[in-house]
Amino acid sequence: MLVSDASLDLEPGATTILIGPNGAGKSTLLKLLTGELAPAAGSVHCADEALGTVPAWRLACLRAVMAQHSRLAFPFSVYEVARLGVDGIGRALTRQRREAIVAEALAAAGVLDLAGRRYQTLSGGEQQRVQFARVLCQLEAGRSVAERQVLFLDEPIASLDLCHQLALLDMARSIAGRGVAVLIVLHDLNLAVTYADHLVVMDRGRIIAQGPPAETLDDALLQQVFRVGLSLSRAPAPGLPFLLPQQHRRAPSA
Amino acid sequence: MTLAARMPAMAASPLSGLVAGRRRIGLVALAGLSIACLLLAVVAIGQGAIAISPGRVTAILWARLAGDATVFEGRDALVVLNIRLPRVLLGLLVGAGLAVSGALMQGLFRNPLADPGLVGVSAGAGLAAAATIVLGDRFLAGTLMKLPFAALPFGAFCGGLVSTLVLYLIATREGRTSVATMLLAGVALGALSGALTGLLAYLSDDRQLRDLTFWSLGSLGGASWSKLSAVAPIILPLLLAMPLLARGLNGLMLGEAEAYHLGIPVQRIKALAILLVALAVGASVASAGLIGFIGIVVPHLIRLSVGPDHRLLLPLSALGGAILLVAADIVARLIVAPAELPIGIVTAAIGAPFFLWLLLRRSVSIDV
Repeated sequence: MLVSDASLDLEPGATTILIGPNGAGKSTLLKLLTGELAPAAGSVHCADEALGTVPAWRLACLRAVMAQHSRLAFPFSVYEVARLGVDGIGRALTRQRREAIVAEALAAAGVLDLAGRRYQTLSGGEQQRVQFARVLCQLEAGRSVAERQVLFLDEPIASLDLCHQLALLDMARSIAGRGVAVLIVLHDLNLAVTYADHLVVMDRGRIIAQGPPAETLDDALLQQVFRVGLSLSRAPAPGLPFLLPQQHRRAPSA
Repeated sequence: MTLAARMPAMAASPLSGLVAGRRRIGLVALAGLSIACLLLAVVAIGQGAIAISPGRVTAILWARLAGDATVFEGRDALVVLNIRLPRVLLGLLVGAGLAVSGALMQGLFRNPLADPGLVGVSAGAGLAAAATIVLGDRFLAGTLMKLPFAALPFGAFCGGLVSTLVLYLIATREGRTSVATMLLAGVALGALSGALTGLLAYLSDDRQLRDLTFWSLGSLGGASWSKLSAVAPIILPLLLAMPLLARGLNGLMLGEAEAYHLGIPVQRIKALAILLVALAVGASVASAGLIGFIGIVVPHLIRLSVGPDHRLLLPLSALGGAILLVAADIVARLIVAPAELPIGIVTAAIGAPFFLWLLLRRSVSIDV
């Protein structure tokens, strides 16, 4: 997927949520921002450093990434998977400190009781939470090196039940509260408007709208981007938009 | 005590028990295999046409280490120091190198079935070594062939390196290595190398054919101090680099993109691992012939018993491979004594049934 004309600032302390249909270029944009791909034109900066000039280990202190799918090649335990987050960049820390970071992260992701289990025997949702714990470990280990950090979550709640979806998004927001810039790719528009400080809408490789969620979305934009009839209403209390899909194939008059 | 005050203690305790348990298992396994390796080496040195008791072997080795010159005069001492010791050391080195090469390839390709033998790397090294044996007389006469143990490992090393690189390039598209492509390409490369080796056999004279046949079945028989000193500098870097590679290979288990996100220099790890494997396999093939299955059997057994963490897997594989090859050498020398069986036959006779069992077992185990 080609991405062009994408200008985006991730503010420390803010939760930015990226939405858009399949193939809009969300993952490609994420790869550019995480340094996995180098842009053909333009640049990505993190705390005034151009991404291409930052060595891999330092980059790992600056940002943590949770990918959509992580398939494990060998039967590692849950503890070992989470520990990968501190193994690479946490070498300066004591062993006790590293263990404590892993224990805290596993507890925060709600998978501490699974620590001794084999990763592959877990359900999809549990695996996703273990990956989240690994990312939390990396952020914590990198915190001593990097003051400004960025957390990237690519569809982090795709396999989670509602309770865990909200728990993970709450946690992401509380991480943002510590001064981390958080970018989340989401498909659930209502959760996106609920959790975003800054909403970014992508379509066909371009960012076509961004801003506070209450002001960014309107019927015409949603219709154009998602090719689905959506009726946008305002929730009574916080005044946030909420979106109900209209029946797709029913004639408007019926 | 308040709930909040209790929480951290509750949180840390199950994990510290788990971590300590893992570490204890690892240390016990390392110590156990090291001791087993030493004992087996002493027994192996005692075995052969002239039987020497383990006590006598220890005494001779001890005297040699202490610098006692009188020890060189006895017949036993000559046998131990000049014939058996280099042979056992070569076995330990080649066995360790093959097992670690297997573990590295499996980590790199993220597949438990990858092995230098299975994916055609050994066959490539074998082809190059065969070419050195058969064509070397014609084209290298008077130059390199005066140093047979320099030309042969060098040839085998180049063969191993070229087939590893070709395999890796074929199986990797846009940074992702396809396991199915790798295995199929490995089979094709192996077949091609086999055909070309066959062509060389057809071209060879009787002496070369005999050399080729016995060499391709594998043997530690020709071990000597000069051979050992040619091979050791090529295999040892692989063993010394294990601590450098272990962390990176652990990260690679999540995938290359994730490993990069974790701060691992993925390309450098891959290049270093490939180079070291090609070196070690080339040197092993050149010095001991084609010895199959150690690279696949040993790491798999270690993973079953202590888990897949490469920081333990690599050193334990080295010890396990050393033990297995020296044990196979004892069997090869005893089973048809006073003649000896090519060691490749022994390791394949152990390895092939184990491999089949592995495949059967995979149908009920986790998909990897």
